[in-house]
Amino acid sequence: MLKTFPKGGVHPPENKLTAGCSIEVLPPPETVIVPVTQHLGSPAAVAVNKGDKVLTGQLIARATGYISANIHSPASGTVSKIDTATDISGYKQTCIFIDVSGDEWMSDIDRSPDVISDIKLTPEEIIQKCLDCGIVGLGGATFPTHVKLKIPAGKKCNLLIINGVECEPWLTSDHRLMLEKGEEIITGIRIMMKALGVTKAIIGIENNKPDAISHLVRLLDGSGDIKVQGLKVKYPQGGEKQLIKALTGREVPSGGLPIDVGVVVQNAGTAFAVYEAVQKNKPLFERVVTVTGKSLAKPGNFLVRIGTPVARLIEAAGGVPGDTGKVISGGPMMGKALANLQTPVVKGTSGIIVFPAEESSRPQTGPCIRCSKCISACPMGLEPYLLMNLAEKGFFDKMKAEKVTDCIECGSCSYICPAHRPLLDYIRLGKTTLLKMMREKSIK
Amino acid sequence: MSNTILLTAVVLGSVGLAAAVILYFVSQKFKVYEDPRIDIIQEALPGANCGACGFTGCRNFAEALVKADSLNGLNCPVGGATVMVDIAKILGKEVVETDSLVAVVRCQGSYEHRPRTSVYNGTRDCRIAHLLYGGETDCHYGCLGYGDCVKACKFDAMYMDEKTGLPVVIDEKCVACGACVKACPRNIIELRKKFKKDRKIYVSCVNCDRGGPARKACKVACIACNKCFNVCKFGAITINNNLAYIDSFKCTLCRKCVTECPTNAIVELNFPPRKTEEETVKETITQQ
Repeated sequence: MLKTFPKGGVHPPENKLTAGCSIEVLPPPETVIVPVTQHLGSPAAVAVNKGDKVLTGQLIARATGYISANIHSPASGTVSKIDTATDISGYKQTCIFIDVSGDEWMSDIDRSPDVISDIKLTPEEIIQKCLDCGIVGLGGATFPTHVKLKIPAGKKCNLLIINGVECEPWLTSDHRLMLEKGEEIITGIRIMMKALGVTKAIIGIENNKPDAISHLVRLLDGSGDIKVQGLKVKYPQGGEKQLIKALTGREVPSGGLPIDVGVVVQNAGTAFAVYEAVQKNKPLFERVVTVTGKSLAKPGNFLVRIGTPVARLIEAAGGVPGDTGKVISGGPMMGKALANLQTPVVKGTSGIIVFPAEESSRPQTGPCIRCSKCISACPMGLEPYLLMNLAEKGFFDKMKAEKVTDCIECGSCSYICPAHRPLLDYIRLGKTTLLKMMREKSIK
Repeated sequence: MSNTILLTAVVLGSVGLAAAVILYFVSQKFKVYEDPRIDIIQEALPGANCGACGFTGCRNFAEALVKADSLNGLNCPVGGATVMVDIAKILGKEVVETDSLVAVVRCQGSYEHRPRTSVYNGTRDCRIAHLLYGGETDCHYGCLGYGDCVKACKFDAMYMDEKTGLPVVIDEKCVACGACVKACPRNIIELRKKFKKDRKIYVSCVNCDRGGPARKACKVACIACNKCFNVCKFGAITINNNLAYIDSFKCTLCRKCVTECPTNAIVELNFPPRKTEEETVKETITQQ
């Protein structure tokens, strides 16, 4: 019996068109646009001036505050301006524009392809390295990794979980990374285990990636510290809380964090980034992005520099098809439609999906018939129809008792609703409004 | 037989009497005194229960009025000065007459002025669209056009103009309750001082981008060129965050700033047509 999380979940069509496409390296574009907000937490402070010459991997924006991350230049060239540009948030944010010339890397980055599996750094040095190299969670939430690797006082961690689930349909970037950079990922996991001081790690992979499972099992060769666990395919298994429940049976309490049950979850892509930072001294300035869509000429997985405009990625995949109606950054379930193809790739961009017009428009909304499908689909055990009603009528304070803050915004409710009601839209509205109200009250 | 009827009547009667006596003493003991003026004032209030006064409903406002030492800061915008004078009479207090206000939509980003750069097919709700992204145009500050303000208005004082895609306030119906101001996620609507004949001069823009990008996104955007600021003799205009603002309480409706504005971001409404300056106005318009 394969493991999975018990409550809710949906089965959207997988559409993993690019699972067989090996990672292609995309050269840096003519201009990179690097937003200073690419992570959860406070924006990084710009550390360069207009006209400065920068090298690939040079620090260009410094972390401010505890939850923040450094940002490094993804290409070598000249800083042409520091201006605003529309980023993935849909709003204008401060960005550093760099005119690219050549591709000269910082001399202290080890560019050799050899895998170094010997870990020399101490746990403190590893965490410092993650901070220096601007490593953030690459699953999509972009939470700074150095913060996650520090165990808060009074808490204990006894297990590291590596998220190789990639439960979003269409996306294959983690899958390809596990196949092509397996050894590096395993070393990355051992580095994080050392930093956390744990002796056990589990890699959770959904059963639709049997090649990745067998590849990692072979590489591990029976070593007892890391275990690979296949999981039954179900969305949103890649959700932190769902994955912990599926692998260990432990349930993160409402409002709590994984560390409350002794677990830290990191993405497989993050493990690779940690490996590169610690063993190769390479900051996070490029990542694997799946560019896919049924009408694209050659969808694929690309290793792209942060700050590359999305238009450039679609070009590499065969150009924008004529019937395009929507371009989504991230997965189809949790991703966000882009308003502008000049939007740059950021640390959290796991995929770009191009949808034709007839598939992308929203169907007509009907009235709720109380079929309770949304309740059965909710992996957090919430009542989406009720939350939507409360949000629509502005009863935000009542949503608190209904645990709206537990919502992981996976979109299963909106996906399953036969009346196509915009459940998640209103729940998100309620959640953000409520959190804002709670913050303001706490200030008073 | 007659005995039973008699007995029943006596028993029920005595139970009723005992209960009445208990009720009388209990009601005396736990009597809640309520000022009779609260009822009178509630009668005098418009009964719209709109919350414009800052209290939940007219009853709560009436209670607050009775409790208050002075009527300063307490105002029913719906009833206006007449109602407040009546209430002051009932309470025997002085009332400070406050300026009446009117809601003003500070955006002229019609389809014509603001080119659409993307298509939004999500939920037609301004709050949700505002959460998701900057909107269908490159102006990330202006009106989204899904009518949250119109839905919030309880006095039918607003409607969406289909030609422009922007909300319009009907001045005669607007009671300045502020419901639309609260409903707008972008803070476009403002309550401004109501002048004679509904005359208005205001900066009809909330775009805080620098001049270039603002103008590119919308033909009638404020570009913070400072021209209006320099021409205003009354200190009514301030420029903050790349945006000019006219304080309606300092403005004297001299209309000098309107002709100065190179982008027509400053709007004048309900004025008689200019006589001598008419030609100059035309000139400035054609120059653009």
